Amino acid sequence: MKLHEYQAKEIMRRYGIPTPHGRVAETPDEAYEIASELQGHAVVKAQVHVGGRGKAGGISVVMSPEEARDAASRILGMTIKGLTVKKVLVEEAVEAVKEYYLGVTVDRSRKSIAIIASSEGGVDIEEVSAKTPEKIAKMWSTPREGFMPWQARNLALAAGFDGGAIAQVGAYFSSLFRLFLQEDAELAEINPLMLTKDGKAVAADAKITLDDNALFRHPGYERLWEAEGDDPLEQEARRRRLTYVKLGGDIGVIGNGAGLVMATIDAIKAEGGEAANFLDIGGGARAEVVQNALELILMDKAVKAILINVFGGITRCDEVAQGLLKAIESVSLDLPVVVRLVGTREKEGRALLSDTPVVIADTMVDAAKRIVAIAGGGM
Amino acid sequence: MGIFVDKRTRLVVQGITGREGRFHALRMRDYNPDVVVSGVTPGRGGHDVEGIPVFDSVAEAVEQTGANTSCIFVPSRAAKDAVMEAFASGIRLVVCITEGIPTLDVIDMLDQADKEGSKRRVIGPNCPGIITCGEASVGIMPGQIFRRGPVGVISRSGTLTYEVVSILSSRGIGQSTCIGIGGDPIIGTTFVDCLKAFEDDDDTGAIVLIGEIGGRDEEEAAVFIGSMTKPVVAFISGRTAPPGKRMGHAGAIVSGSMGTAESKVKAFREAGVPVADTVNGIVDIISRLL
Repeated sequence: MKLHEYQAKEIMRRYGIPTPHGRVAETPDEAYEIASELQGHAVVKAQVHVGGRGKAGGISVVMSPEEARDAASRILGMTIKGLTVKKVLVEEAVEAVKEYYLGVTVDRSRKSIAIIASSEGGVDIEEVSAKTPEKIAKMWSTPREGFMPWQARNLALAAGFDGGAIAQVGAYFSSLFRLFLQEDAELAEINPLMLTKDGKAVAADAKITLDDNALFRHPGYERLWEAEGDDPLEQEARRRRLTYVKLGGDIGVIGNGAGLVMATIDAIKAEGGEAANFLDIGGGARAEVVQNALELILMDKAVKAILINVFGGITRCDEVAQGLLKAIESVSLDLPVVVRLVGTREKEGRALLSDTPVVIADTMVDAAKRIVAIAGGGM
Repeated sequence: MGIFVDKRTRLVVQGITGREGRFHALRMRDYNPDVVVSGVTPGRGGHDVEGIPVFDSVAEAVEQTGANTSCIFVPSRAAKDAVMEAFASGIRLVVCITEGIPTLDVIDMLDQADKEGSKRRVIGPNCPGIITCGEASVGIMPGQIFRRGPVGVISRSGTLTYEVVSILSSRGIGQSTCIGIGGDPIIGTTFVDCLKAFEDDDDTGAIVLIGEIGGRDEEEAAVFIGSMTKPVVAFISGRTAPPGKRMGHAGAIVSGSMGTAESKVKAFREAGVPVADTVNGIVDIISRLL
């Protein structure tokens, strides 16, 4: 679960990491009010779950409450990379003498937590890592090993901090690591950490992604979830507890198992078609799940044909076929459907579908060929 | 022979009285009755699941039934505890089927498993398990599609593995061990771990590696394959997946420039590893290599 900047900053403040003064606004008048409290000189920032807000015009530096109101009325409602801005963060403008990067994230290869610092802040850290890897200092740890203050100071030193900043930034690092563990984050990032003229460090931008699988430990987080980042169909899928990703094409895809569904989508593409979605109904493929999945696919008006690819390993194919029949009936399906069923009691399963308009395919590639031909109007 | 599990495997099923645990424990016993020796559900000690004795703790199961391997079906929030209990009780191999375990729990349990240079291994989590054909099935794979033979299979997904295996079997090409390493970002046993074991396994002559988008496991595998004597065929699913979207598996996500299918295909090609474009293509290539 990605959090907005203003939410991430609220959490960081709880851990003693300083952020610029400010609050979130949903109307231009609120922005005016907040900017007045900040004596006018402020930054108005769009709160959306995508990078590149600045380039898209979603960030404005203002000199007065009036300008803040104008900026907010321009930014609120604008669309950045397909997402509509519903909130802006209005906070004091900080003048930096230097910008740094601090981040804590999961390192898949090392099966551990990576703690990363860089003297190149305010830019894409991946780019820094690719172009000037010497400007990145990195350490690894685990919940058991922890992260000692001296390690934090060494990391700050390696990232190019000096003087009083070493202990100060070291302390923020310790806080960020503690936050990462206690809040079950996947990513906790300050980019940039601004160093001001008077030697203070402040988190000018903050990013936190929480681990969805750990939400049971944080019952309060459900309310932090703001749906605007998702496609309406993806939101509906979330309600239906289906694993669904909206794609751009016109062929609806249902399958059991993530790898199999991905491979099915690839096969459709290889035949010249485009999948409308990724939808994994899981190993069991029970009748009501198939029905639920079909209903969701049919809400997507772009869908012209549907491919169902089920590998019935332990599940019996005749049960899957029966489920499918029920589902097709209950949703009064009138789109062409290609079904590919393999596994136990495959013959019986296919026999059940033989008197229906459903097209039966033998292999995944065969199924992909047929569905692309149908969707393209060729059959 | 084969890798990690064989006919000497003695299995305790943690979470055996749950719906999934019970169902699959019986299927694993069908595959080889000698392998499944006990189950654990705290509070249900003294009961049995169709003749499989149930204990309150893994320690009791180990002591009384000689279990050396555990298969975990407990809910995600209890999974870390279950893995730790297994290792503390002398189990050396844990196959963790459970999906949706918090990432920090996985990091922590793997870290503890590695303690003191122990030869402990976790397969998974979020995996379909492992089968050494004709010897032992640990997990949820459908035993009937496998046939014994020289091909080792390693995969990040379940049903896609079954897909490939059934094509192999239907063409008369059998398998040594098939292992699903799991779809999570952090997993205990990686492609490289499996490749090392297959390289040393006398029953394995060639290997199929089924990868997918996300992470760098495939790239690391490609480097390792350079030092192997046995041929490997690779396949990558999710080639057309959009960046930034989790494709079902928690680990199947392209983040920034990390984890793309292009990067993985390129790594394999550079290492001289043939990459199949379709599942049928995998079998075509492997049949030429054998």
